[in-house]
Amino acid sequence: MRFRLLSNDRPGHPVATLLVVLLFLALATAPFAFPGTRSVAVASRICVFIVLAASYDMLLGYTGIVSFAHTMFFAFGAYGVAIPLARGGVGGGAILLGGAAGVALAAMVSALIALLSLRVQKIFFSMITLAVASFAQILATQLRDLTGGEDGLTFSLPAILGPGFRLLREPVLGVRIDGRLITYYLVFAVALALFLFMLRVVNSPFGRVLQAIRENEFRAEALGYRVTVYRTLASALSASIAAVAGGLLALLLRYVGPDATLSFSIMVDILLMVVIGGMGTLYGPALGAAMIVLAQYYLQPALQNAADATAGLPLLPALFHPDRWLLWLGTLFILIVYFFPAGVVGTLRRRGR
Amino acid sequence: MKRAHDWAAILLLPVLILLALPTMSLSTWVTLTVAGGAMGMMLFLMALGLTLIFGLMDVLNFAHGAFITLGAYVAASVLGALTGWTAADSWALNMLALAAAVAAAAMCAGGAGLLFERVLIRRVYGSHLQQILITVGGLIVTEQLVVVAWGAQQLEIPRPMAMRGSFLVGGAAIEKYRVVAMALGLVIWLVMYLLLNRTRVGLLVRAGVENREMVEALGFRIRRLFVGVFVAGAALAGIGGAMWAAYQQVVTSSIGGDMTILVFIVVIIGGLGSVTGCLIGAILVGLVTNYIGFLAPSLSLGSTIAAMVLILLWRPRGLFPLARS
Repeated sequence: MRFRLLSNDRPGHPVATLLVVLLFLALATAPFAFPGTRSVAVASRICVFIVLAASYDMLLGYTGIVSFAHTMFFAFGAYGVAIPLARGGVGGGAILLGGAAGVALAAMVSALIALLSLRVQKIFFSMITLAVASFAQILATQLRDLTGGEDGLTFSLPAILGPGFRLLREPVLGVRIDGRLITYYLVFAVALALFLFMLRVVNSPFGRVLQAIRENEFRAEALGYRVTVYRTLASALSASIAAVAGGLLALLLRYVGPDATLSFSIMVDILLMVVIGGMGTLYGPALGAAMIVLAQYYLQPALQNAADATAGLPLLPALFHPDRWLLWLGTLFILIVYFFPAGVVGTLRRRGR
Repeated sequence: MKRAHDWAAILLLPVLILLALPTMSLSTWVTLTVAGGAMGMMLFLMALGLTLIFGLMDVLNFAHGAFITLGAYVAASVLGALTGWTAADSWALNMLALAAAVAAAAMCAGGAGLLFERVLIRRVYGSHLQQILITVGGLIVTEQLVVVAWGAQQLEIPRPMAMRGSFLVGGAAIEKYRVVAMALGLVIWLVMYLLLNRTRVGLLVRAGVENREMVEALGFRIRRLFVGVFVAGAALAGIGGAMWAAYQQVVTSSIGGDMTILVFIVVIIGGLGSVTGCLIGAILVGLVTNYIGFLAPSLSLGSTIAAMVLILLWRPRGLFPLARS
């Protein structure tokens, strides 16, 4: 009974539990514990990517299919929120309506791709999502009237979410209670709710069927489950949640562009978050999201120091250039898939048993 | 190879070519058809390795594009170093330079393929999920290493002098290089065809695609065979990348990723594991890209995806699916 909110699915190891609790506390108190624009930006980005990585985990970890179009659905949500606002729409209505349109589009497109490819071969799904995602990338840069092309869209939010709005006249604990704080807690609350919802989904009978299909497709089919239908539903659900995450990102950044939402490097980030944290655990991807975002903000700049320190030597400065960030992430990714395929949480769980 | 007379699938190409005729003038049509054929042959080179590797060993290599990138950069360097030969207005010297570039590209990509198979892929046989993850990681690392080695800015490639420009056939302009690319593609296709259908190694490869366990049970080392096919496939991808780079005349580090998408579409259309399907799929994609690129330029990648969707609706496993599942 005590863990009903978590659907009785606990991190599974004392260390993992500690990490998850710490992450939760840090995010819940971020604007007060770590005041400053930059640290709040990091915290809110972590919230968004927790949702994004966890929704990807429903597909990769629980259903066992690899999609490369997750950023596309993320972008659908982001552009869905951005387009009405950039065209002078005002108020929560425009945000909700645009976001809902993005979510609906994501669900439809993902279901179409899944229906077309999953009935034949799982690998087709991976290949086709890759093709469709790159087509979406081209569309986003070419439909300049709608999406703003390469430059993307900049827009302003309703006043209540802006820095000028004051909820309380006096600062609390030295922090101004303004619209930005409200935005942060809005994002935090939605992210938390979605995460708990996903925990509910993967621990429901529906989620069990997904895992059964992942483990043994033929057996699940022989038991009478319609494998393609389940996979398609999982794909549509995961895409919809990714679109909501995209909407949240748009609210945070007040800007949407191809590089911020659609680029392949974000897809790599998501893959890393899920694999580092542990596929099929949901808590793992949340921890992975925190790790990768923190690394991007605080470790990537440190690469420049390494490049400077080795400036006289051959080859090393080129390897340590901050633009070669992906090289190191990719190497890390391969090593983890090899040696810790269960990720942080999965490895801890196994040890706990 | 088997069921060689699947006319509905084979007739797709001539029907497509004829359907395109009423939408444009005759000379444009000739130009675009030749361009499509040339692009198709280059795509075929890139895709053949991927489809054979999948057919033989059930490995889907998402890093196939890395070999394309490597081939393109090596060819760019070789052609850049041989400006003396490429700038001379002599077919013999030009062909020699191109041949050197292609050979170097094939060797480097093949070597990279060997390394790839040994280091990355041999440990993840049997698990598609891990294969996809590992090879995506490999693609990222290789592309980044290429940038470290050659720099982030795009490279210009001097096209050999004699292959620049075009000649006229009854009012239709045909780029010389396209004819060269198509001829080279055909030669390699012929070599591969003879290798696969007329030699003992080819027989073993085809048998392995049909039924791996049986070939193993008969005492052949299919693992060793597979390494050979993997290296050859990587080398072919390198050749394709080299030809493509010389065709585009610039090369950037994203070339592998971009071509991977087209190559995937090709092998899905053709049917994973099928050589004939790979050829037909490649030419189909080349033609569709060129026709639509002329009629509605912004839609060209969308049109190949649409072609793939239509073919999957018609034949869910591609045009020439393998007999086994």
